[in-house]
Amino acid sequence: MSGVPLGYLSASGDRAAAVVPLTWYMIVVSCAVSLIILALLVAGVVRRRIRDHSTQVNTVEVTRSGQGMRWIVIGLLVSAVPLAVSLIWTMTALAAVVGPPNKSALVVDITAHQWWWQIDYNGKSPSQHFTTANELHVPVGRKVLVRLHSGDVIHSFWVPRLTGKTDVIPGQTNLSWLKADRPGTYFGHCAEYCGMEHARMGFRVIAQPEAQFRAWRARQLQPAAHPASALATRGHALFHYRCSLCHTVRGTNAASRMGPDLTHLMSRRTLAAGMLPNNRGALAGWVDNPQASKPGAHMPNQHLTGPQLQQVVAYLETLQ
Amino acid sequence: MTASATRTPEIGENTVELRARLHAIWQTEPGFKEFFTTVDHKEIGLRYIVTAFVLLALGGLEALVIRLQLAGPDLHVLTPEQYDQFFSMHGMTMIFLYASPILSGFSNYLWPLLLGSRDMAFPRLNAFSYWVYLAAALFLYVGFLTGNGPNDGWFNYVPYAQKQYNAGLNQDFYSLGMILLGISTSVGAANFIVTAFKMRAPGMSINRLPVFIWGTLTASVANLLVVPAVSLAFFLLWLDRQFGTSFFQTSGGGQPLLWQHLFWLFGHPWVYAIVLPAMGMVSDGLPIFCRRPLVGYSLVALSTVATMILGFGVWVHHMFATGLPALSLSFFSGASIIITFPSAVAVFAWLATIWTGRPVVTTAFLYFASMIVLFVIGGVSGFMTASVPVDWQLTDTYFVVAHIHYVLIGINVFPVVGATYMWLPKMTGRLLDETLGKWGFWTMFAGFNIGFLPMHLTGLFGMPRRIWTYSAGMGWSTLNLITSIGSFVFAFGVLIFFLNVWKSLRTGAVADADPWGGPTLEWAIPSPPAPYNFAVIPTVASRHPLWEGQLDESRTRSTLEQGMVLDCGKETLTTTPLDAIPERIVPMPKDTWAPLLLALAISVFFVSLLIQSWPLIALGTFWITAALIFWLWPRRSLLERPAAAEDRMAHG
Repeated sequence: MSGVPLGYLSASGDRAAAVVPLTWYMIVVSCAVSLIILALLVAGVVRRRIRDHSTQVNTVEVTRSGQGMRWIVIGLLVSAVPLAVSLIWTMTALAAVVGPPNKSALVVDITAHQWWWQIDYNGKSPSQHFTTANELHVPVGRKVLVRLHSGDVIHSFWVPRLTGKTDVIPGQTNLSWLKADRPGTYFGHCAEYCGMEHARMGFRVIAQPEAQFRAWRARQLQPAAHPASALATRGHALFHYRCSLCHTVRGTNAASRMGPDLTHLMSRRTLAAGMLPNNRGALAGWVDNPQASKPGAHMPNQHLTGPQLQQVVAYLETLQ
Repeated sequence: MTASATRTPEIGENTVELRARLHAIWQTEPGFKEFFTTVDHKEIGLRYIVTAFVLLALGGLEALVIRLQLAGPDLHVLTPEQYDQFFSMHGMTMIFLYASPILSGFSNYLWPLLLGSRDMAFPRLNAFSYWVYLAAALFLYVGFLTGNGPNDGWFNYVPYAQKQYNAGLNQDFYSLGMILLGISTSVGAANFIVTAFKMRAPGMSINRLPVFIWGTLTASVANLLVVPAVSLAFFLLWLDRQFGTSFFQTSGGGQPLLWQHLFWLFGHPWVYAIVLPAMGMVSDGLPIFCRRPLVGYSLVALSTVATMILGFGVWVHHMFATGLPALSLSFFSGASIIITFPSAVAVFAWLATIWTGRPVVTTAFLYFASMIVLFVIGGVSGFMTASVPVDWQLTDTYFVVAHIHYVLIGINVFPVVGATYMWLPKMTGRLLDETLGKWGFWTMFAGFNIGFLPMHLTGLFGMPRRIWTYSAGMGWSTLNLITSIGSFVFAFGVLIFFLNVWKSLRTGAVADADPWGGPTLEWAIPSPPAPYNFAVIPTVASRHPLWEGQLDESRTRSTLEQGMVLDCGKETLTTTPLDAIPERIVPMPKDTWAPLLLALAISVFFVSLLIQSWPLIALGTFWITAALIFWLWPRRSLLERPAAAEDRMAHG
């Protein structure tokens, strides 16, 4: 199933894996039923039809022949078997995947916004808390409890390889959980229509060995370093003036939570909710004119001059 | 015309003089005024059918634009905002403005003919129902054409539909338009229910109803129960938007999930309401071309009703991912799997009818027979989504889009086109071209399956529904291109069908009263039928009045050429609900402006609510009141008379 990042016919974690065999069973039953009915239909028409094409319908005698009721009785009895299996299997699979995991799980809060994902890791103290966006890092082999909040409308949290969908609904906290079996990057996407850029509301789950995950977490807790170069320093000033109304960079005065937390922007692989690769060109294009690539996004065009744009990008690139 | 309390209806033969007399009483003169005042169910039925097919074409064009946008990755045929309106409008048009009204059209036209009556129970309500439907369709399309079409999908989840996320008039058009349409659906449903129980020919007991009647009757009962839920939901949404109430607003203690419950409480039964009558068309159509009665009539009729009853208990399967408790999910999952059984009854009954019959492969037969396979494919994909944990992956992907199209095109469009090939000759007196018909069928069948069978795979590959574009790396490009090609082939097939209808109207071979050798009452009268339908009210002795001679299953025979003449004015007969024993002679209303005037009044009122103009609201209110008084003003000519007791025996 490579080549289809959001395919769900194979799984890489317990919660999704528990459902894959049932899904295959239902696909096989469905295909078999469709083919059997098709075969019966075609055979019935071919064998029983009046072959003479010039026959007028109303000239053919009407008779009540044959044991038709047998079809219904046998058909229902045969259908009952796969249906009963599905019913029982559904209930057992549901029991296996439904519950939130026990207390030892890592707990992450995800807030879905039009059209990006805010991800909050909570520690034992407020100093252990940090916020990131669009990339959920998880340790391999540990269950992760995801508490889902909405910042605006209904969205749906979905990582096909790891977990089915759980809607993100304003006014209630839905729970999802997942566990990755092996390191890797798994694709997720919003699965409930949420407005103009529903198509561009992806995210990634990055599963890492425990040690790497701890290291990542420790780095994310650090505030942003002060810019060293003159260019970046001018960019910082401009950022404070233009960008801090919406964005946070911890360790600076920029502390608004309207948009994604940019403290460690450069540690992320993508921009704009999984839409653009995180490189200098894409970053400059996005900062200057987000409406060109993601029309409707809540980030307005910045109308920066060339040098200003260079400065801001230089500053953003220090947010390692 | 006698004014006494009881009257003995005259029994007579179907003579030329009688037909001339009835013609003078019942006919609507062709003319400008008569176009607006007619209450003839056949005229209204045809209007429904034509309007619904026009909307099918519009919804189809919207779909083709959508398929152009999705034919490849990162295309820009439409902007995201345009795309959102196109897919919402496409869904809304097909589900609300085509799929149900087309069945209302066929039912309106055919019911009195199948039942042996001269009209529906409430002819004026019937006309009113059509005018309101037309008004709602125009209302919604005016919104779309001014850039204010629905933009939140056909199921319109809040809070995205609320004012703070959706500031334009889009949702106001949609909310008010749906409430308006709900009026049409509700009065139409009431009319069908009363007609089914009261307007049958003597002897047509409830176990002799054609299955198509069972389908529409069941659907109408469901509509009467569930349309209020969706009308209420849209009304509450409109209040939230315009008056700051908080039914669905969390900030004021409301619940977004309330919308989903109200919507799907309606929405799922609605799905059955737009397939059960079409399944009835197949149950009645297949036997004609297989030259034998339907296998398992009673089971099929009962499973039609059972589907609907179970259908009230499965709405939550649209909401499996909303975080409801596992226990309630299990209940709805179980109910959704069990609802397969009544559907399976129909499938095996159809197959058995083919295997024990002698099929004559006409175009209509091809549409009806192919529907069996499309029905099964749409059914098994529905069975997959009934399993909660599987649905958590399938839901909101293109798998569900494929499913809904197999259900709506497979179980609605295919039977409807088949029914057109079968019944249009009855309506127009002209046959459709069989050669062109078969070309059209195979084009539609191939195009549909090329388009929508691979779409299941697109869904299993994870493509979320309602995304306006996708990138090349997702692995969906080839499948989407195939679907786009298939959809254009399918559209071409539909075009062939429309061309065939046009050709038939101009140069089609003339059809006699009974071109297919059908079993039911409509085939006993000329094509097209006279304005009064039946010169004498027939008396029915079996389920297949016209096949009694060939089947020879009982000594009693239906009487078609002799019966009550009811020629003292515009009148017809009502019978008892179960056994169809004659009960009353009912005078039928003459052509009148009242339905159109009331429909216009209500339309003005809804426009006034949309633009929030107080003078117009006052005008609308006054006009509605005046139109209602005009309509309801007591008229002596509409007094009912019970039939004299001895007449019940005369032809019982």
